[in-house]
Amino acid sequence: MELSTSILLTIALAPLVGCVLAGFLGRFLGRAGSHTVTLLGVAISCALSFYVLYQLTLGGAVAYNHNLYTWFQIGHFHASVGFMVDRLTAMMLVVVSFVSLLVHLYTIGYMHDDPGYTRFFSYISLFTFSMFMLVMSNNFLQLFFGWEAVGLVSYLLIGFWYKKPSAIFANLKAFLVNRVGDFGFLLGIAAVVYFLGTLDYATAFSAAPSLVGKTLQITAGTHWDAATVICVLLFIGAMGKSAQVPLHVWLPDSMEGPTPISALIHAATMVTAGIFMVARMSPLFELSQSALSFIMVIGGTTALFTGLVGIVQHDIKRVIAYSTLSQLGYMVVALGVSDYSGAVFHLMTHAFFKALLFLGAGSVIIAMHHEQDMRYMGGLRKYMPITWITMWIGSLALCGVPFFSGFYSKDAIIEAAGLAHRWGAGYAYFCVLAGALVTGLYTFRLMYLTFHGKERFKVVASHGHDGHDDHGHHEPGVLAHAPKESPWVVTVPLVLLAIPSLLIGYLTVGPLLFGNWFGSAIHVNPADNVLAEMGKEFHGPLAMALHGLTPFGPFGLVLLAFAIQTYIYLFNPAMAGKIKSALKPLWTALDRKYWFDEVYFAVFARGGVKLGRGLWRAGDAALIDGAMVNGSVGMVHRVAASTRRLQSGYLYHYAFAMILGLILLLGGYWLVGQ
Amino acid sequence: MFNHLLSLLIWLPVVGAIPVLLAGSARPNMARWLALLVAVLTFAASLLLLLQYHPDAGGMQLVESYMWIPAWGVHYGLAVDGISVALILMTTFVGILVIVGAWEVIQDKPHQYMAAMLMLEGLLIGVFCATDALLFYALFEAILIPMFILIGIWGGPRRVYATLKFFIYTFFGSVFMLIALLYLYQKAGTFDMATLAALPLTMKEQTWIFFAFLIAFAIKVPMVPVHTWLPDAHVEAPTGGSVVLAAVMLKVGTYGMLRFILPITPDAGAHFAWLIIGLSLVAIVYIGYVALVQEDMKKLVAYSSVAHMGFVTLGIFIAFMLVREQGNTEMAQLGMQGALVQMISHGFVSGAMFTCIGVMYDRLHTRQIKDYGGVINVMPWFGFFYVLFAMANSGLPGTSGFVGEFMVIMASFAANPWIALFAAFTLIIGAAYTLWMVKRVLWGDITNPHVAEMKEINGRETFVLTAFAAAVLAIGIWPQPLVHLMDSSAMQLVRQLAVHKI
Repeated sequence: MELSTSILLTIALAPLVGCVLAGFLGRFLGRAGSHTVTLLGVAISCALSFYVLYQLTLGGAVAYNHNLYTWFQIGHFHASVGFMVDRLTAMMLVVVSFVSLLVHLYTIGYMHDDPGYTRFFSYISLFTFSMFMLVMSNNFLQLFFGWEAVGLVSYLLIGFWYKKPSAIFANLKAFLVNRVGDFGFLLGIAAVVYFLGTLDYATAFSAAPSLVGKTLQITAGTHWDAATVICVLLFIGAMGKSAQVPLHVWLPDSMEGPTPISALIHAATMVTAGIFMVARMSPLFELSQSALSFIMVIGGTTALFTGLVGIVQHDIKRVIAYSTLSQLGYMVVALGVSDYSGAVFHLMTHAFFKALLFLGAGSVIIAMHHEQDMRYMGGLRKYMPITWITMWIGSLALCGVPFFSGFYSKDAIIEAAGLAHRWGAGYAYFCVLAGALVTGLYTFRLMYLTFHGKERFKVVASHGHDGHDDHGHHEPGVLAHAPKESPWVVTVPLVLLAIPSLLIGYLTVGPLLFGNWFGSAIHVNPADNVLAEMGKEFHGPLAMALHGLTPFGPFGLVLLAFAIQTYIYLFNPAMAGKIKSALKPLWTALDRKYWFDEVYFAVFARGGVKLGRGLWRAGDAALIDGAMVNGSVGMVHRVAASTRRLQSGYLYHYAFAMILGLILLLGGYWLVGQ
Repeated sequence: MFNHLLSLLIWLPVVGAIPVLLAGSARPNMARWLALLVAVLTFAASLLLLLQYHPDAGGMQLVESYMWIPAWGVHYGLAVDGISVALILMTTFVGILVIVGAWEVIQDKPHQYMAAMLMLEGLLIGVFCATDALLFYALFEAILIPMFILIGIWGGPRRVYATLKFFIYTFFGSVFMLIALLYLYQKAGTFDMATLAALPLTMKEQTWIFFAFLIAFAIKVPMVPVHTWLPDAHVEAPTGGSVVLAAVMLKVGTYGMLRFILPITPDAGAHFAWLIIGLSLVAIVYIGYVALVQEDMKKLVAYSSVAHMGFVTLGIFIAFMLVREQGNTEMAQLGMQGALVQMISHGFVSGAMFTCIGVMYDRLHTRQIKDYGGVINVMPWFGFFYVLFAMANSGLPGTSGFVGEFMVIMASFAANPWIALFAAFTLIIGAAYTLWMVKRVLWGDITNPHVAEMKEINGRETFVLTAFAAAVLAIGIWPQPLVHLMDSSAMQLVRQLAVHKI
């Protein structure tokens, strides 16, 4: 049986319809009308996505791969728009549409008083459409379309509050850093076209083995392995989108956008597009050990070092943002050790618990009247119990505590990294293992600072009726009303995300990691198949969790982090300051985020402008216009001016010139005659 | 009537300009409506042309040929292939939009303005269908006159400098073309372009002729380093002048390359392809940096035009390299198509960008980026269009700006990965200069009190911008109809690249 094209089209287009209606007719539809149409669009997609997943898993449907229309056809070379829907895609569809649906619902509460309400719904529906196009694509061109389209929406949403200077700085930065990645990505696609002659996935993958032994001439005498060139270039795209070091700098700044999109775009879905892409391209990546080593090292570096930065942040959203970077690093390590299923599995569990953490943080932010600094929080658990409990579930999942969903995916990655024997695997293993401790440190710190300990805010009865439009311009730590639990549109999504955060790992680890559930969607060379090795030790999710409870492993590190942070933040708050001053240089490096932003800004932004100005002045203004264009005009002027002087109009001048000429002529003849 | 469709397309706007002119300054509205009527009829005629043209048949179609100057064997010869049809359609489409765009903006002698626009439109259409080299040359020069008038009368404060620079620059180049044409004439005894294309020439002859044509067309495109007339001309030109200049007139340069350099001097072209490719890459990278630091919005978009036209010349000459060095005709065709699509796309995108700047200029009477900021607060609908066109200018997939660049980069990689590397740099620098401008103009809080008084776009402006947006999105979402229209002609061009004349 085959999936029906109209169902797939409906999945993709329903959010687009919602986007167009809310965007262009928002004024007529009103707020309720706008959120209803967009919610409806995404709900349809979500229901159909579950149906597609069901069909592909239990309904006996085969993978779908058809072109819808020809984008262009030149000779035999064609670019098309089409869908490839196999289990990998179906899983992504469900994750994207489910999280998107909950975020749509949540937004009704979160953006309640925002003047850009309808615009926001239009954007997030547009995002959902773009993301569907990305994951459903059956070719590189459409992938690139989705890839850039989600980047566009990310740009629009980070800069959603366009009056904030920091927001419009962050969105430009995000777009440009992503473009650096896309620069590599597009060249990677060009390399695919060059070597494999097609943009179509299926054709490219089946032709992939022909890459072995092919090289690309870089300079005379230097040849690079074709598969490595392709894979590294494509991965550079993933480094931009999935925010890997050194292209990670845009993600923390993207927190300038409203919290629902931090959850949807900058945690659960868009930033994982790079992971999805590499998993989708596994037949290509499997051809290059060097590229995979490169990927692993980048992933490991990101996992550990960005996590460390999270420990010293004060902004609740930024802590979660750095945590996202670190978790993306885990997924990338998994890709690098050929554990594609593990990467995608972590992508899925992470989507649930990280969306939960972000939405939880958003709920806290509403309660705190748009205060995001954790130094002014504390003790919130009694005011907002649902947010508190659900965030603990998300946090434990993030830390990888056994039985929680994050445990199954993260522990498997750490183990896979330990088993890999590729160049750089030792480093990556160290990073992900140490990362477990780091994860614990920032997570427990966040929970304690926010929900436990003393209340560090004052409630001062409202001074006048200032409503809710106080985006940040109030005195820090002073609230007009006591914090209270958020409305149901906010808490229901939290609960609905807490359930999979708790259970999804336990339920799906068997088939997804060890049951070859993805089938032919993911290709791994038997020699590098670390999952198969791990599968021999796998005796069901219960046994895996019990085995994971041992203190001599990642869980021990989590316990250690728990002990440290509990001591510091619940029993000895002064300790934090002492550690900070004892480790001053390290703390500064982390607080300054290793000076990436400063260096990039000085070199690329300022340097680029300086270079441009220099080129303009020296090239266009001085050389071309000054010397050549106006210079030749000046030359004509000067020649004309001097020759003009000869024509004075005085008869005696001309007579004199004639006589002079005559003398010279005769004198000349006379000299020649001599 | 179909036998003279091309003549109709040329003469309708040219002759139609006369009653517009006669309406006089006393009846400005009559002049406007008449001009619109003529422009719409011309567009309708170009749609008819689209129906009459058979893309699969290829070759030159709808041929008209009459003896013009018997003494020299000069013909009034017209015909079109797919490339001409696409360019003519774009010209007539933009023709309507500039008339509507100027409606109440041009208050000073509107009848003359409209008449000049229509004349310009007719002459441009003529350039795109001339099959006689002397007719081409005459029209190529004639288009300078209405443009000279448009900038000279309705231009900004430095319009005299700009018009002279523009005129002398282009005129200087054309002289070389004339010399080359005269040489070819004395060899072949005709100005018929098809005959000239078949004329055997030695490498030495080809080299001289190649450079003569190159100077003429490179100035028109414009290519680095002869591009400096463009920013000045744009800055001083009225909005409509800028739109036609960027959208259509620049294409005359690359169109000339396709019609003269490719068929007449293929060996010299192949020999010097590296030079053009190098200059194109300079246009993309160097001009990108120069665009980044412009403080005048029109200058910025003018420089970005130079960079985008770099993709056209790159696509054409990468095809040379692919055919001659690798015999890779398929990729060569991709590069050629990329160049052609880029020509059309740039017409819409740059036309739209200049229209947007014009809309803002009409309200605030400044083009300086620093005078703006927070425009989105008062003009949200305008903001939508501005961001859309900015994204198209940055080559976002789904807009027309992406299609041509994508094709050219794919083809470049096949020729040499390093060329593709520099070409793809536009992804970063193009987004940087465009979106930095958007950031400073559109986003942010209002700091200049005059910005707070800016009024949202009216129905007329919305119509113009919507039309541009429709074209940009249509090509971006489904380029195949456009590609198909030009396919057989592109194939023909690529075939010519392989011909050795020596």
